[in-house]
Amino acid sequence: MPRAFTPKVVTGNALLEGDVIYLTEADGWSRDLAEAEVLDDEAVAQLRLLDAQSRPGEVVGAYLADVSPGANGPEPTHFREDFRRTGPSNYSHGKQEQRSGTEFS
Amino acid sequence: MYRYTDFDAGFVAERNCQFRAQVERRIDGSLTEDEFKPLRLMNGLYLQLHAYMLRVAIPYGTLNSGQMRQLAYIAERWDKGYGHFTTRQNIQFNWPELRDVPDILDALAEVEMHAIQTSGNTIRNVTADHFAGAAADEVADPRPVAELIRQWSTDHPEFQFLPRKFKVAVTGSPEDRAVTAAHDIGLRIVETAEGGIAYRVLVGGGLGRTPMIGKVLHDALPEADLLPYLEAVVSVWNLLGRRDNKYKSRIKITVHEHGIDEIRRLVEERFAETRTAFTGIDQEMLAAIRSQFAPPAFEQASTGAFEAAYERDPVFRAWADANLAAHRAPGYAIAQISLKAHGETPGDASAAQMRVMADIAERFGHDELRISHEQNVVLPHLRKDDLPEIHAILREHRLATANIGKISDIIACPGMDYCALATARSIPIAQEIATRFDALKTEADIGDLKIKISGCINACGHHHVGHIGILGLDRAGVENYQITLGGDQGPDATLGSRTGPGFSADEIVPAIERIVDAYLDLREDRNETFLETYRRLGMAPFKAALYDKAEEARANAA
Ligand code: HEM
Ligand code: SF4
Repeated sequence: MPRAFTPKVVTGNALLEGDVIYLTEADGWSRDLAEAEVLDDEAVAQLRLLDAQSRPGEVVGAYLADVSPGANGPEPTHFREDFRRTGPSNYSHGKQEQRSGTEFS
Repeated sequence: MYRYTDFDAGFVAERNCQFRAQVERRIDGSLTEDEFKPLRLMNGLYLQLHAYMLRVAIPYGTLNSGQMRQLAYIAERWDKGYGHFTTRQNIQFNWPELRDVPDILDALAEVEMHAIQTSGNTIRNVTADHFAGAAADEVADPRPVAELIRQWSTDHPEFQFLPRKFKVAVTGSPEDRAVTAAHDIGLRIVETAEGGIAYRVLVGGGLGRTPMIGKVLHDALPEADLLPYLEAVVSVWNLLGRRDNKYKSRIKITVHEHGIDEIRRLVEERFAETRTAFTGIDQEMLAAIRSQFAPPAFEQASTGAFEAAYERDPVFRAWADANLAAHRAPGYAIAQISLKAHGETPGDASAAQMRVMADIAERFGHDELRISHEQNVVLPHLRKDDLPEIHAILREHRLATANIGKISDIIACPGMDYCALATARSIPIAQEIATRFDALKTEADIGDLKIKISGCINACGHHHVGHIGILGLDRAGVENYQITLGGDQGPDATLGSRTGPGFSADEIVPAIERIVDAYLDLREDRNETFLETYRRLGMAPFKAALYDKAEEARANAA
């Protein structure tokens, strides 16, 4: 029996800054996982990934990452995706810095 | 110190110019990522978890105050105000933006630095003993020959597409502070019976997925033969090395598969050919390089002020005991600046700290600094009488932690906090261990104990040669840490042995504590180090301490 498809988001790194980005429903890129488009259907997910990969001027290394739908949008299911969402543990750099700074407040 | 020739400067400038154009073409869309990736890697630019990462070569770990200040400037202007010094004596910047990298490379070139061959399947930055040119126990300064190897290997046409990356380390001291046995080629400078020097050549060492200790390929290679011999070794491997399987491509596997005797035979055969191509220019170059590494003029320095401070000030005394090493000139000392303040990220220095270290080197230390493979900074030539003042300056900037060689002087690779290849984090584990033993106040009593942590099997954190090694793994989506014991990086380098099943992130610090407690119980006296106790008793008592108590705790909790 084929393995059941689990929900995914399209993610990768921004070409210029290198930071983690997620594909949104509106075909944009968000720095915030909560705004990512959740893909429940395998065929659609593959198509969305192809869409993302056809935009090499915006994203590097796009791939599908597992998520579980939560009350405030998708949540990572693996710790690696959790660290990518947050930023490193030793400093408040990366996304956590941006969130506490002016950019997102 | 080696100064760039016009050729060197022109070469680097041209490379930077090329790369600037490549970045522009990537940004305007004329290069795809697949086309661009090998080009950026040729210039030390990786894409990691949260950002790009630029790896800058610090040849044999040597730099001057101007270079250190420039690293500080780069950290501040284009990064987040700090840099990470690595076990390969390099510095990594964790947050550059793609557009800025050509400017960073130009800023590096201004101070004779670059990022060439810090990535890719080439001969990488040559590393060397961080006490080179200063250590009391040194046979000869390893840096001239490291520089010669760098010049020979940089853009060497035959060696740009090797089966895999290739690492060379050189030591001039029998103490081997360069971990030569864990490199593709390790060179140990030895004295000959006639009072000259020769090279003991080790080959096929390496950590990573299949750790191996290097084997002796040549016991005493004459100096004049060095480059043609190295050329023969790399050339033999370039032909034989497994290109079919990335995990079997390193020379350690080639040596393992063919046997050291067969490799020696092939190298000798090839050497007979390569030797004729080296007509002596390399020896002239070596002589010229050597003159650039002439030791500074050491004075007859007094040590009264040092001794007085040592008697009077226990904080200074603790620092001097842990962080100073014997210098070849009387009245001088080598000082190690710990980049391992308890709870900080191992190997990180802020721009302000880099400037402080640069200032001290300029004012007191013949303008020389070294990066050690243990992720610390070394001031190689200090007058002992200046040390109390230097120590006071270091203290003001959190650079005077007296823990060199102690349990909190941990090597940790970036792990999953920065590295795209990682399977678990290393930095927080190092931070927790250091903080824990600082709180217990047992660090001084424990004495010499090296803990090394890697965030995946690539072993950038040298965990195989740690007295206690920790390897971070991913076990079904959960961070898990495997422990090895009894590794050693010294002249008789040894690989550690696995204790058994790994520990979760929550369990790993208590597990390390149980090992250390067992050692404190088991040691014959305060003079027996952890490694000596382990070698005397073997794994069994440590394993019991690790797992039986964990079982007990689990049973009690149930
Ligand atoms: C974050 C970017 C890094 C990447 C992508 C990376 C990648 C790798 C890989 C793939 C290997 C295994 C090579 C092999 O066995 O074929 C390796 C080994 C190694 N790396 Fe790294 N590394 C990184 C950072 C570092 C850092 C920060 C250090 C120093 C702290 C370091 C030092 C080493 C060392 C010493 C080895 C030893 C094993 C050996 O080659 O024998 N690397 N690295
Ligand atoms: S050991 Fe693994 S996690 Fe650590 S720096 Fe090397 S490749 Fe990255």
